[in-house]
Amino acid sequence: MPTITLNHGLGGKQMHEFIKNTIMTKLQNGILEKMDDSAILKNLKTNRLALTTDSYVVSPLIFPGGDIGRLCVCGTVNDLTTSGAKPYALTLAFIIEEGMDLAVLDTIIDSINKTAKEAQILIVTGDTKVVEKGKGDGIFINTSGIGFIDDHIEISTYNTKDHDDVLVTGPIGNHEIAMMKARNLIEFDLTVESDVRPLNIPIENLLKQKVLLHSIKDPTRGGLASALYEIVEHSKVDITLIEKDLPIDKVVQSVCSLVGFDPLYLANEGKFIITCPKESSQHIIKAFKGTAQIIGRAKKSEHPKLLMETKSGGIRKIGMLETMQLPRIC
Amino acid sequence: MLNEYDKIQILRDKIQKLSRTKVSFMEVCGTHTMSVAKHAIKSMLPENINIVSGPGCPVCVTSQTDIEMSLILARSENKIICTFGDMIKVPSRKDSLANYKNVKIIYSPLDALKIAHENPGREIILLGIGFETTTPLIAVTIKTAKQECIKNFSVLSMHKTVPTALKLILSSPDISLNGLILPGHVSAVTGRKYFDFIKDYHTCGVIAGFEALDIMECIYLLTKSVEENKVEVINNYTRIVSEEGNQLAMQLLYEVFEDCDCKWRGIGEIPNSGLKIREKFQAYDAKIKFDIPIENIAEPKNCRCGEILMAKKTPPDCALFKNTCTPLNPIGPCMVSSEGTCAAYYKYL
Repeated sequence: MPTITLNHGLGGKQMHEFIKNTIMTKLQNGILEKMDDSAILKNLKTNRLALTTDSYVVSPLIFPGGDIGRLCVCGTVNDLTTSGAKPYALTLAFIIEEGMDLAVLDTIIDSINKTAKEAQILIVTGDTKVVEKGKGDGIFINTSGIGFIDDHIEISTYNTKDHDDVLVTGPIGNHEIAMMKARNLIEFDLTVESDVRPLNIPIENLLKQKVLLHSIKDPTRGGLASALYEIVEHSKVDITLIEKDLPIDKVVQSVCSLVGFDPLYLANEGKFIITCPKESSQHIIKAFKGTAQIIGRAKKSEHPKLLMETKSGGIRKIGMLETMQLPRIC
Repeated sequence: MLNEYDKIQILRDKIQKLSRTKVSFMEVCGTHTMSVAKHAIKSMLPENINIVSGPGCPVCVTSQTDIEMSLILARSENKIICTFGDMIKVPSRKDSLANYKNVKIIYSPLDALKIAHENPGREIILLGIGFETTTPLIAVTIKTAKQECIKNFSVLSMHKTVPTALKLILSSPDISLNGLILPGHVSAVTGRKYFDFIKDYHTCGVIAGFEALDIMECIYLLTKSVEENKVEVINNYTRIVSEEGNQLAMQLLYEVFEDCDCKWRGIGEIPNSGLKIREKFQAYDAKIKFDIPIENIAEPKNCRCGEILMAKKTPPDCALFKNTCTPLNPIGPCMVSSEGTCAAYYKYL
């Protein structure tokens, strides 16, 4: 089995050949393969630039529904999108552990390529380091991204308004349950896939149509509840979720009942929470091909709270996630 | 056909109309505590009806001395401690079972026997906690160990029974209860008749399931009994609970265990409220096998878990609640356990 050796990171011939043959042939786009020390982006007509960075340390590297390659593109693209930016370019930095299977690395790079195309984003510069065996976990990836924000757009977690609808773009919890299954933390037989996907295109389409959106938030680690808490606190609103309207796949619901998890706190990698004026909701549902759903409403409040109208018709608080002792998931 | 939501709303109206007297109902079981909070039952009830939590969370009522004994075993050489989840987080003198690699979380007591098989050179100790629901399973595990001549397995019994603690609460002059939401799972083993004794304390009881509709029905029935001045013990969980219960499970329980005096957290010693392993099976009694030094450990200062378990106080009455005692840094077991009253208040109220 061909594997990564320390020579792959030494800066010499083997490293250059490796980068050229394994990485560049797959990811070339007219800029990256120049292999200059920095990428030069020209003719950018924008007043506002969004910039973000994220590191990906997921285990296992390949999991049902995705892999670390897809994750590292989607995560950064989605982070840019939450501020209303149109993602433009990504950087890509690998820290690879000596002994990593080259075939797995190949799969990951293919996946990066495919996902970048799906999200219509360019990978413009990158870096590769190799660390000694035992000092990494196969591969860690960092991606940074820039995107442009059009002048009329004001989207932030501080911008949710009185009487806004609260939507989620699809069923929650699948990523974390898929990761638990991939790590054999749950033993029963089930089929569940991570939801990891880029969400920029539908949002770009909505913004092109001038649909008004107030806040966008990706409910990753800490899940729906933690992401909503941020909006509640920043925008000074009460948000009341309607339990019966929460989209949760049956398999996720069953696992939660069996192991005692609350799906509100499970990580997602391909979902947005969106708050918007009522008139925008139907456009959002359409843009996400019917998977998006109104799950609650916001109300201006002096003492912001996150609440749940239960299936039985009662009202209670939704607490913040305090302890979740699961291994890393994104 | 009415759906569950509609049925609940009808019960909600009925309870509103029926309720005239100011009453307190106690949910005896920890699973009910969590369910009441999760379904926001209290927000649907009239002001006259107060729901308080009782002593039915097994982790919460485990005494500090018992927790310390488990820790002594975990620290000693060549042992593997098997336990159900929440126990590992209960603090004792700045330590907890979570700090030890030889502590394994199991889902079924029989898993402990499997671990004993796989580790013939080590002593496997199962922490036996729980009420009438779980104890028969532990009894089966001990019997199986005896039949299969497994020598490296024993149980640290901290088991308790429900009636004696309830009698203490019902006879306590400073707790006034009008009705009990009786535990569904325990009753499945014990049967309905087992709880007839509460009538001697002029208190009603309704055995209930754990869904929102089950609990609303239970509260409706309790309210009706109180308003009609009836004292009765009703089984409203007939899909699981029978009049006599699971006699076989109860026989198994008392074949392996016998009643003993037992210390409850915050409450103190209650005569005949615990279960110890009978002499016939004492080779499997960790307390006898390992000669663990027993010290009386004081409960954490200012922790009100004891009074909360007895429904004398609610979590916001405790100075530690939400200040120094949080799910991340629990001081008392009512915050540690996922079924604890403080954890329920913290999360949902």
